[in-house]
Amino acid sequence: MISSNLSAVFYLISGILFILALRGLSSPETSRQGNFFGILGMAIAVTVTFLSIGNFSTGFVFVLIFILIGGLIGAFIAYKIPMTAMPELVAGFHSLVGLAAVFVAISAFLNPEAFNLGSPGNIKLGSLIEMSIGAAVGAITFSGSIIAFLKLQGIMSGSPITFKGQHLLNALILITIIVITFLLCSTQSSNLFWVLLAISFLIGFLLIIPIGGADMPVVISMLNSYSGWAAAGIGFTLENTALIITGALVGSSGAILSYIMCKGMNRSFFNVILGGFGATEQSASVLNREQKPVKSGNADDAAFLMKNASSVIIVPGYGMAVAQAQHALREMVDTLKKNDIKVSYAIHPVAGRMPGHMNVLLAEANVPYDEVFELEEINNDFANADVAFVIGANDVTNPVAKTDPQSPIYGMPVLDVEKCKSVLFVKRSLSPGYAGIDNDLFYKENTLMLFADAKKMTEDITKNL
Amino acid sequence: MEIDPFIFRLSIFILSIFIGYYVVWSVTPSLHTPLMSVTNAISSVIIVGAIIAGLAGNSNNIFNTSSIFGFLAISLAAINIFGGFLVTQRMLAMYKKKKKGK
Repeated sequence: MISSNLSAVFYLISGILFILALRGLSSPETSRQGNFFGILGMAIAVTVTFLSIGNFSTGFVFVLIFILIGGLIGAFIAYKIPMTAMPELVAGFHSLVGLAAVFVAISAFLNPEAFNLGSPGNIKLGSLIEMSIGAAVGAITFSGSIIAFLKLQGIMSGSPITFKGQHLLNALILITIIVITFLLCSTQSSNLFWVLLAISFLIGFLLIIPIGGADMPVVISMLNSYSGWAAAGIGFTLENTALIITGALVGSSGAILSYIMCKGMNRSFFNVILGGFGATEQSASVLNREQKPVKSGNADDAAFLMKNASSVIIVPGYGMAVAQAQHALREMVDTLKKNDIKVSYAIHPVAGRMPGHMNVLLAEANVPYDEVFELEEINNDFANADVAFVIGANDVTNPVAKTDPQSPIYGMPVLDVEKCKSVLFVKRSLSPGYAGIDNDLFYKENTLMLFADAKKMTEDITKNL
Repeated sequence: MEIDPFIFRLSIFILSIFIGYYVVWSVTPSLHTPLMSVTNAISSVIIVGAIIAGLAGNSNNIFNTSSIFGFLAISLAAINIFGGFLVTQRMLAMYKKKKKGK
C-alpha cells in the first residue's frame, strides 16, 4: 500500500501524460508517440489505484477478470471496425463513458464509506453535489450518444424529430433536474437520486432527437465534451487529480470541436442544438424548383476532361463514405498522377459525419496527408485548377451561400468549386442536399453531372483513362 | 484561515481547461477524428473510480449492490480504454507522407 500523497503525485503524472497525448496530435509525425503517452498515463493511473488500495484478495481477481472482458471486447471492436463506421464507434464509446460515470456515481452513493465521503444518508454535501452533477451529465451523455449512434448507424431515421412544445418540455425537464439536485442535497433521499438519473436519461434522448443527420459533427463533438465534464464531476467526488485534469481536457476539447463545426456551417451552437434545420425550407424549395437544363455525362466524358487537365482538385463528402469509394478514388488519382496531372484534395470542415472524417478515410486509402488540404488552404487554388471532382459532397460547394441572403445556408463558408474551368459532380440524382436547398452548381455552364454511385463511377473513369 | 482542499482541486480543474483549450487548438484538423477517439480513451480513466467501487466489498461479500455497479463500470471503461487507444493507433498508422521519388 502506498501513501495517498505518493499516489496523488502519480495521478498528476498520468494527467500530464494525457496532456502530452493530445499535444502529440498537433502533427501526424508526433501523434503516434502521443498515443503511447496516453497508454502509459492510463497504465500508471490503474496501477497506482491498485497499489493505493493494497487489497490483493479475491476482489482483485474479479477486477482483473472484468478488465480482461472489457479489454477483449474493446480490442476486438478496434480491429474489426471499418473506418467508414468511425462516427458510430465514437458515439458508442461516448455512451460507455457516460454509463461508466453513472455507475461509479451510483456505487459511491450506495457505499460512500469506500470513497471516504461519509455514510449512506449522511454524505458530505460537497461530494453529493459533485456526484449528482457527474451522474446527471453522465446519464445525458449516455442516452444522447445512444440516439446519435442509432441515427448514424441508420437504425433510426436521420431526419429531425420535432413536436409542438418540444423546447418548453426540455426547458421544464432541465429546471426539474436542478430542483431535484437541490432537494437531493438537502434530504439525501435515495429515491430522489434514482429520479434524478431517470430524468437525466430522458433529457438526453429528447435533446438529440430533433437534430438532423448532417448536424452530427456538432452533436458528436458536444457529447465528447459532456463525457469530459461527467468524468470531471466524478473526479471531484473521488478527489482524483488524474480524473479532474482529464475531464477538463476532454471537456474543452469537445467544446472547441463543436465550435469549429458550428463555424463551418455558419450557425450558432444553439441554432444547431435546438434542431429541426431544413425541415421548413424543404417543402418550399421542392415546389419552386423549375426544370432547369442540366448537362449530364458518363465516365468516358469525365475521363476525357481529366486527361486533358493539368491540375485536378478532389472534393470528397459524406457520399464518398456511404459508397465506400475512397479506395476507388485513390486508384483513379494514381492513374491521373501517372499522366503527370497534379491532384490535391479539398476538405470542408463539416464534410462527413464527424470532425476529420474525410481525412481518416483518405488516409485509410493511402492518400498521403500532405496532398489533403483544409478549406482556407486550398480555396484560392480552385480558380487556377482545370477540373474539380466533387464526390459525395453537396451543400459545402453551393455558391448560393455566397450570393443569396435568403438562403438558409447564406454565409456558410463554402469551397469555391464553381471557379474551376470545369466541374465534375458525382451524385446519384438531382435531389437537394441535406439543407433542403437546390445547388446552383448543378446548372452551371461548366458543370458536368455524373449520375451514378460514387464508387462505380470512379472505377469506370479509371478504366477510361 | 485554512483553504478548503476543494479550492485546490478547482484550481487544477480551471487551469486544465486552459491547457486543454490551447493544446486542442494546436491539433491539426486532419487529426480531429483520432483526437475524438483518444479523448474517449483517456476519459475512461474513470476506471480508477470503478476499481475503488469494485474493491469496496469485504472478503465475505465481494458482490454487493455497490460493488456490482463498480465491476460493470470497470468493464465499460475497459472497453473504451482498449478500444479507444487501439483504434487511435490503427488510424494514426494510416497517416503517411508522400513517398519521395514516386
